[in-house]
Amino acid sequence: MHEEETGVMAKMSFEDAATRYGAEPGGGAPTKVNITFIDSQGQARTVEGEIGSTVMETARRNDIPEIAAECGGACACATCHVYVDDNWTEKTGKPSQMEEDMLDFAFDVKPNSRLCCQITVRPELEGLVVTTPAQQG
Amino acid sequence: MNQLKEAAIETDVVIVGAGPAGLFSVFELGLLDIKAHVIDILPRAGGQCSELYPEKPIYDIPGLPVCTGQELTHNLLKQIEPFRATFHFNEMVETLVSLGTAEKPAFRLSTDTGKIFHAKVVFIAAGGGSFQPKKPPIPKIESYEGKSVFYAVRRMEDFRDKNVVIVGGGDSALDWTLNLQPVAKSLTLVHRRDQFRAAPHSVSAMQELAAAGKIAFRLGQITAVEGEDGELMSAMLKGNDGVEEKLACERLMPFFGLTMKLGPVADWGLQLNENLIPVDTEKFETSHPGIFAVGDINAYPGKLKLILSGFHEAALASQKAHRYIYPDKKLLFQYTTSSTNLQKKLGVS
Repeated sequence: MHEEETGVMAKMSFEDAATRYGAEPGGGAPTKVNITFIDSQGQARTVEGEIGSTVMETARRNDIPEIAAECGGACACATCHVYVDDNWTEKTGKPSQMEEDMLDFAFDVKPNSRLCCQITVRPELEGLVVTTPAQQG
Repeated sequence: MNQLKEAAIETDVVIVGAGPAGLFSVFELGLLDIKAHVIDILPRAGGQCSELYPEKPIYDIPGLPVCTGQELTHNLLKQIEPFRATFHFNEMVETLVSLGTAEKPAFRLSTDTGKIFHAKVVFIAAGGGSFQPKKPPIPKIESYEGKSVFYAVRRMEDFRDKNVVIVGGGDSALDWTLNLQPVAKSLTLVHRRDQFRAAPHSVSAMQELAAAGKIAFRLGQITAVEGEDGELMSAMLKGNDGVEEKLACERLMPFFGLTMKLGPVADWGLQLNENLIPVDTEKFETSHPGIFAVGDINAYPGKLKLILSGFHEAALASQKAHRYIYPDKKLLFQYTTSSTNLQKKLGVS
């Protein structure tokens, strides 16, 4: 009984470590990257985003403020507007035509504006920094 | 007094919201001989399905491997046709007052266009709230709203001989640019880019007016306004080049699409939990007897904001509504497949 418990504990801490370093249990390619959201007041929150999900989903999952995401990721509402840090705009890429059209409904759009439901989390985005605007809707 | 009473619309149930949950409520209530009036702030049925994702696929409607928001709305409208619900679009329910008792509820509802409804039961199927115009983050803009800042045109005369500034690049912005240009003293269209998400013929008509000097088109955004007692005098244009310029402006129309706000529901005296309405999971009734909440707007342990949840909730809420509306009638559970009674109501027998 005692041995079993120790076993479970050991396994849990291994998984914790694996999560912390963004690696799959047992090694392999990273499954997560760190993403930092800076709110309109300047407060930074760094959370883990799962590769393959979107930056918007990462924000929602981690209760990041100032991301409304009313339409749930359909690129239909412009309420997940973020400013991509200048060091990252090349890696996140340019908005598609559909996203560019939808950005017409966001406020204070800048050249580094994106709708973060349209940014897929990829390994090369490890460390991504985005800032949220004061008003989404 | 009598006239007022006559003007009120008498109905069994008022359904607030014409999204999928509201529409399917018409069906479930209809099978139980309950007549409905449906009120929605949008100009058409479908709620988020038609406003946010008319062309996008939905994959989790049971029995429909894939359909778009528009198709689902269309099919729901077809399904509820036999029950002849009356729709009131472009209207928002402002007040909901209880007139009855817990055993025999009765309600009086009023809309922003002045209609009055008397209903025995109310279904709130308001989703994420009402779709309302997005208000740009211009300091003090709210003090001009309704007087010199408008999100829709109610009367063209309000714009006659005024310096008008319109902001946006969608159909609303372009349509009103074209419509107001002949009556306005001057008209400036402000947009963040020189591309438009609007009907191509509107875009070319606007560009012709601009080329002829009849309107001004400016790239940039409005960052501040000035005026007195709700009357605008100027608007600050910040061009995409960063240069600021004060525009003479007595009427400003920002068109940034719609956003969902809980709206007047918050003032109806219902218990709320983070902008959602708590209900029980037997009847989906709110803290007030006779007021039900179905679809995305309700909350209960385990709630999932899925269209299919709204359908289930509508069916169960309707059972309880029947007890309020027909207290002396026994409700017999029946299937549409086999019940000649239900088939008659559906017009298929």
